[in-house]
Amino acid sequence: MTVTADWYLILAAVLFVIGAAGLLVRRNAIVMFMSIELMLNAVNLTFVSVGRELQDLTGQFAVFFVLVVAAAEVVVGLAIIVSIFRTRETASVDDLSEMKG
Amino acid sequence: MTELILFFVFGALALVGGLTVVAAKNPVHSAMGLMLTLFSLAVFYVVQAAHFVAAVQVIVYAGAVMTLFLFVIMLIGVDREENLHETIRFQRPLVALVGLSVVVLGVVVAVGGRFAWVTGVAAAGPEVNGTVEAIGDELFTTWLLPFEATSLLLIIASVGALALAFFQPRRRPPTEEDVR
Repeated sequence: MTVTADWYLILAAVLFVIGAAGLLVRRNAIVMFMSIELMLNAVNLTFVSVGRELQDLTGQFAVFFVLVVAAAEVVVGLAIIVSIFRTRETASVDDLSEMKG
Repeated sequence: MTELILFFVFGALALVGGLTVVAAKNPVHSAMGLMLTLFSLAVFYVVQAAHFVAAVQVIVYAGAVMTLFLFVIMLIGVDREENLHETIRFQRPLVALVGLSVVVLGVVVAVGGRFAWVTGVAAAGPEVNGTVEAIGDELFTTWLLPFEATSLLLIIASVGALALAFFQPRRRPPTEEDVR
């Protein structure tokens, strides 16, 4: 029994769904952020596995660029969360509903 | 055989980490779960000959990003109780339903299709080997422009974070409740 690419793809799908569920269920902005990171990592695993299956290095470049974008996103996102916390004393997204129609 | 054992051990660890992120009450535990998942994925990258990506995963994600997360968790406090009351009806059953159907769809496509969507693209070529040399070679030729664009992106991100931290937002004006 050998490990083929579809095993990795299924694992990545499960991880992605766990992340998506966390994003939809949790209310703490930081935990929601970590769920997004989980989803990004699941996609990265997909890129590497498919790239290996197709014998193409391009998948690993996609992972590289996703990593850079994720790092930038984390920096700005956490800065926004901190500045919201400074003014509002809360990290719960349910308390930030002024723009609700 | 080695890959099989590694897949089951670290696949299980990755799933445990992912579930910890979602289920843990304490955000610090969530961060630790995420770290476990990140390290497990790094092992998978090494197994799949993506050495450079694995190194970057450990250094950037497990090192820098998780440190940043832990700092922010410490900064804004973890003792506050999270209100998990659902304001949208049927949200959780819907999440479970959609999640389950996505997983089932993935399994059906991956197992049933057996990569029917990519047949004939690659026959027998050299195995990919994502060493630093191979990655660097192509990164600075084929992918030079996107690479420079990422440097611009990082500068914008760091300046943006500085601006958000430096210019302290004004406190919200006192409401009637505060005055009373």
